[in-house]
Amino acid sequence: MMRRARQLWVIVFFIPLAFLGLFYAYPLLSIFDVSLRPAGILDLSAFVRLLSSDYYIGTLLFTVYQAALSTVVTLVLATPCAFVFARYQFRGKTLLLSLATLPFVLPTVVVALAFATLLGKDGTLNDLLMAFFTLESTPIQLERSLAMIIIAHVFYNFAVALRIMTSYWSSLGFRVEEAARCLGADELALWRDIRLPLIRPAMLSAGVLVFIFSFTSFGVILILGGIRFATLEVQIYYQAVNMFNLPLAAALSLVQILSMLFMMMIYTSTQKRLQLTLASSAAVAKRPRTLLERLCVSLCVALIAVLLFAPLLALVVRSVLVAGQLDLANFASLVEKSRGSLLFIAPIESVFNSLRFALIAMCAALSLGLIASYMIERRGRWSRLLDPLFMLPLATSAVTLGFGFIIALDEPPLNLRASWLIIPISHTLVALPFVIRSVLPSLRAIPASLREAARTLGAKPVDALLTIDLPLLGRGIAVGATFAFTVSMGEFGASLFVAQRESVTIPVVIYRLLGDPGFASYRQSLAMSVLLMLVCASGFVIIERLRIAGVGEF
Amino acid sequence: MIPRAISILLLVFIAVCPVSAQEAERLVVLTHDSFAMTEEVLAAFEAESGVSVEILRSGDAGQMVNQAILSKNNPLGDLLYGVDNTFLSRALAAEIFAPYESPVLEFVREGFLPDDSFRVTPIDFGDVCLNYDIAYFESNELELPESLSDLTKAEYRGLLVAENPATSSPGLAFLLATIAEFGAEGDYNYLDYWQDLAANDLLVVDGWTDAYYGEFMVTGRESGTRPLVVSYASSPPAEVYYSEDPDAGAITGAIVGDNMCFRQVEYVGILAGATNEAAARLFVDFMLSPAFQEELPLNMFVFPVREDIMLPAVFAEHALIPENPAFVEPADIEANREDWVQAWMEVMLR
Repeated sequence: MMRRARQLWVIVFFIPLAFLGLFYAYPLLSIFDVSLRPAGILDLSAFVRLLSSDYYIGTLLFTVYQAALSTVVTLVLATPCAFVFARYQFRGKTLLLSLATLPFVLPTVVVALAFATLLGKDGTLNDLLMAFFTLESTPIQLERSLAMIIIAHVFYNFAVALRIMTSYWSSLGFRVEEAARCLGADELALWRDIRLPLIRPAMLSAGVLVFIFSFTSFGVILILGGIRFATLEVQIYYQAVNMFNLPLAAALSLVQILSMLFMMMIYTSTQKRLQLTLASSAAVAKRPRTLLERLCVSLCVALIAVLLFAPLLALVVRSVLVAGQLDLANFASLVEKSRGSLLFIAPIESVFNSLRFALIAMCAALSLGLIASYMIERRGRWSRLLDPLFMLPLATSAVTLGFGFIIALDEPPLNLRASWLIIPISHTLVALPFVIRSVLPSLRAIPASLREAARTLGAKPVDALLTIDLPLLGRGIAVGATFAFTVSMGEFGASLFVAQRESVTIPVVIYRLLGDPGFASYRQSLAMSVLLMLVCASGFVIIERLRIAGVGEF
Repeated sequence: MIPRAISILLLVFIAVCPVSAQEAERLVVLTHDSFAMTEEVLAAFEAESGVSVEILRSGDAGQMVNQAILSKNNPLGDLLYGVDNTFLSRALAAEIFAPYESPVLEFVREGFLPDDSFRVTPIDFGDVCLNYDIAYFESNELELPESLSDLTKAEYRGLLVAENPATSSPGLAFLLATIAEFGAEGDYNYLDYWQDLAANDLLVVDGWTDAYYGEFMVTGRESGTRPLVVSYASSPPAEVYYSEDPDAGAITGAIVGDNMCFRQVEYVGILAGATNEAAARLFVDFMLSPAFQEELPLNMFVFPVREDIMLPAVFAEHALIPENPAFVEPADIEANREDWVQAWMEVMLR
């Protein structure tokens, strides 16, 4: 009986690895094989070209530099906010946390338009500043600059850092801090000696995600950075698609993956030293009482409003205003099929397609991600390698992997090339790291003694899992679910590969509309983006409700 | 949690297996993501031929061609539609097509067949041209540029936005137009011209959407600041077609002077090793039939390759077709693309 249960566990543990092997490693190795061994002989000349070229070295350095900068700025802004969100209870907090995730879902083209409205030459901010200070020229000139890239990366990633850290902090509680305060520690000492060391595991966990996300940035670099900036990802796309130089693209992809692995190694070794196991306590968020506390809360809310909501609002305003007049015609037109054309569906239908894929991807990513987190947490000799392994899909160029799918998964029983399944599968691959990063810090913080106590009292492993782990992981799971849902709702690369009606998702519709000349289709695409935000926001609220209903506050 | 994971995986495998069961009379058309056609027209073809057609979009034109080449030994489909003259040589060199001489070819405009091997059949074309904001040029009493050289003149300073040829298809087309006009070598070659454009405050952005909706100025709407943009000759009629008041007339125009535009011709080819070659041939003929050709303009904003096709009213009224577009041999494009673009980057990004 025990033996069979053990075997079952082993099988279960291998499911995420099998998934990764089949849908990630196999296609990737196939395309590398075709690219680097074109005539059956290993040809590494592309690497020589890469390493001997100042241009590509420069690209690599710039990629690392902008990613590091984006990560630092994001963490510096998000850490105090995470503290405030975990520490204090105020009205609308949960909703605010959920909505902060919205930027994540928006396509870069749409975000670029929103940014232009706000920060552009004729943007709102410049108009305000010029009117206020009676200036002659525009004070803010961020268009196509490194600063714009960083701002956009912070805009996209702020919620990743905020939510992962807030959920971790909430599950830790504030006992140590209060003890230190009783012993006379001042604010500075509290931050230096208590808060930062305590939050570091979650900070690093989130930082890794933000870094990888900025490291592989594509759309932001192209559209907001302009033609002067290129990351490895941009180069890979250019070489693979426009030049069809597969060896060079493969070499660049490998460099990208290896740099990421290197990063992850540093992370894994530091986080091992830093991990503190604390008896988790109920997160007693208190109401802000003193003036200072209220000020802190207001500042955080203001920061989120300016950083995240102002661009979103600009987008909403743009979608409903025509020449200063309120006009909702383009929203009304979303329910009709605009053309009698094949593959064109009523935009509203794409909402159901998107939701279906997002639900499948979310369930798959949650199941696989939880199993994977337990595998990683076991801390065996192999488990340390597992963490970087599951992060790999995030660091892999979509084009490279897409080509890999084409050549690898082309035979029955796994002929996925024309199947809609490729969409939820690729979404799951990308969502998996988010679930793991959200769950892992809290999972590691559960002291073994808690489970042992439960076992001593006669609880079966499954019972211990349900009564100890699950409630403690509730927040992390909800955050992971939110990101998995969002990743799937916003992703469009994979959906473009498959043609059937059921594969036309919201982002696909947005891109199509933006590809047509004509103001009506442009305005429809804005309306569609607003709809995408609304659908996601509703999704967030439901996920949050489910968490409270299913797991309960501990 | 765990049984759910297993059941999901099981579901995946159950759902995957039937995909492999292929019926005989199914035709798979590989195409790019801007493909569009009317459902009824396709249904009519299916009813007449008894073939059921599946459209498989595969990213942009470059991605599509590369995928077709990568899957050469086990083709993704029976036909590939949408390879244009900038990617044609790559596809031909990889020998992915089986020749077919359609009996309908006699109606095709002269000079549109790339060679006499019949490996691909031209279907439609579109010209990459400058578009301008009519109101701006009228209110400033500015003449339209009559040649590419004119764009370096002081009166057009800071007016033009173009796309990066490394990342954008119209961007590459416009670069090719300048290469056709000024040459790749010589005393004053395309690079010198682009430097002069840059000195005249040219703005280059990465993609068409950003250029057209972000930077191009159209008087009377929230838009960018530059009244000249690299776009398509079909953009002005499309603007009218999609405007809220189509009777109000055109607000933008295309400049189609000699050697100022670059023509992109789109071809269809039967993929070598296609499982359903007979049906594929029928489909090629169908793409050249009036039913398909007539609806090209309003579905994809391109022009039919057949000369005897009536254009829809909005195109007949507002579309200009350049008489002498710039021309570069497809083989030259494929052979030199990387060098040309690289040299351009070095000059423009310095």
